[in-house]
Amino acid sequence: MKADHPQAVNEAPIDFSANTMAEINRVIGLFPEGKQKSAILSILHLVQDEFGWVSVGAMNRVAQILDIQPIEVYEVATFYTMFHLDPVGKNVLEVCRTGPCQLVGSDDLISYIEEKLDIKVGETTKDGMFTLKTVECLGACGYGPMLMCKYQFYERLNKEKVNEMLDAMREASKS
Amino acid sequence: MARKLLIEHAEVPGISAYDVYRKHGGYASVEKALKTMSPDEVVEEVKKSGLRGRGGAGFPTGMKWSFLAKPEGVERHLVCNADESEPGTFKDRYLMEKLPHLLIEGMITSSYALGARRSYIYIRGEFMYVLRILEKAIAEAYANGMLGKNILGSGYDLDLVVTPGGGAYICGEETALLESLEGKRGNPRMKPPFPAVKGLWGNPTVVNNVESIAAVVPIVNEGGEAYAKIGIERSTGTKLISASGNLVRPGVYEIELGLSVEEFIYGDNYCRGIANGKKLKACIPGGSSVPILPHYLVTKTAAGTDRLMTYESLADGGFATGSMLGSGGFIVFDEDQCIVRNTWNFARFYAHESCGQCSPCREGTGWMEKVLYRLEHGQGTLEDISLLEEINKKIEGNTICPLGDAAAWPVAAAIRHFRDEFEWHVKSPQEAQSRNYGLIQAPLEA
Repeated sequence: MKADHPQAVNEAPIDFSANTMAEINRVIGLFPEGKQKSAILSILHLVQDEFGWVSVGAMNRVAQILDIQPIEVYEVATFYTMFHLDPVGKNVLEVCRTGPCQLVGSDDLISYIEEKLDIKVGETTKDGMFTLKTVECLGACGYGPMLMCKYQFYERLNKEKVNEMLDAMREASKS
Repeated sequence: MARKLLIEHAEVPGISAYDVYRKHGGYASVEKALKTMSPDEVVEEVKKSGLRGRGGAGFPTGMKWSFLAKPEGVERHLVCNADESEPGTFKDRYLMEKLPHLLIEGMITSSYALGARRSYIYIRGEFMYVLRILEKAIAEAYANGMLGKNILGSGYDLDLVVTPGGGAYICGEETALLESLEGKRGNPRMKPPFPAVKGLWGNPTVVNNVESIAAVVPIVNEGGEAYAKIGIERSTGTKLISASGNLVRPGVYEIELGLSVEEFIYGDNYCRGIANGKKLKACIPGGSSVPILPHYLVTKTAAGTDRLMTYESLADGGFATGSMLGSGGFIVFDEDQCIVRNTWNFARFYAHESCGQCSPCREGTGWMEKVLYRLEHGQGTLEDISLLEEINKKIEGNTICPLGDAAAWPVAAAIRHFRDEFEWHVKSPQEAQSRNYGLIQAPLEA
């Protein structure tokens, strides 16, 4: 169910792991009493780290934790582009498509990955291993073309480097 | 050899650790300020230095600080804008990754000057690995008595927190950043009231860019006057430039303001010229929001004088023949690049990043993107070019924050200087799909 569905608020909250909860409590503690809502983006990152994406049930749980209305979580999660509101593959490849990267070949990089994984931008491979997305400027303009996966930057990419990167990701995601 | 005030030690092994940073003179500005200077004296040095905001707007930092309201019994905050997102800009990431303690030192000294006891670094969420580096450095600073209660026995207390964004260019605008820091959508606020009066949680707040805060360290160490001696006119000190695009050696460079653009692009100590032996076609000198310059206006002004890396010289000629230093996001285009394609690309960026609050920006950026898509893909008409100019005028100045202007200016500048190339896309659509237009000629002297 999507956050903009009228019944979203009724979707049962899901539980987070003990580790995630400990981290959530730590980031809430960084802000003064009564300002715990400031931790919301940190919390959404933690939730996404645990589940790979941010479900309505997870957002409803975040609302409980912060003692705010569910809509206050939905409106934030839908505004910021880093949060995946649908299930994604184990490795989300976010390729920068903005000007400076385009000047040094991001269009070719995107086509190459599409061809290599046999998916289009926005799609996930059948084995659930990779999702390909394009994103706007990641602040790595001097080291393009580049992409981000799991907060890691892969820079100055060419075909060989992409091949190696994909193999390494497949290997790491097996275990 | 040019002086480096910020990143001189960036490549020293282990410099991200407290002890190594300290051995290289780190935290001297905290000792000097907290032990020998009053907060107002620190503000005075920053004013004397002539430091201008390094995030892009170039507003004098000391003046911004002096606007901070100081009502009795109300908490004040310093917030560091580390939401580096302006396309072409990647200097703050370099500084924070290599020298996390330089930013923390600057935060302590600056917070002391402003009387802030709770300060925040808001870093874009994509830089999560840099956030981890900063967290570690902050913990070290606490462990060594540079943060927390009674710093260096001065009686001054400061808590410093680093917190991530979630992917939104608009949060680099200071009031959107504050909204985001309060846990909301990043919709910019109406001004006034300015953050200096009502900022974070309604408290008086100063928001400064990473590089501006780092620059406070050498300013306090060496004195504002010494800092002001570097550079030309009202462009004082050093500046980090992020060089990208078709260069032999793109990357982050610290320059003394006043360096010639020629030297920066072609010099051995800097970018070493255009990659693959090609020719320069155009340059956007200050991040994607500033006007593009055609090759004949990059190293020389319209008046024929050398173009310098200063706020004034890059803006020489106004928008007709000049641009802006902006964030120092220096994007270089070689002769094979298509200006229409690039203009469409940036228009798509702004359409994607508009927060949607103001209609002229929300509707206008999407409309411009569609028109530019048509032109780039051989479906445009000559009327489309004048339509773009028309949309531009309706966005510019009609929005709460500067994102609208930032979306409009680059399109206007591209048409101003490269109209022939736009028209060629309309008149020879098939040819425009198969090859690039190449270099444009400088207009003949009247």
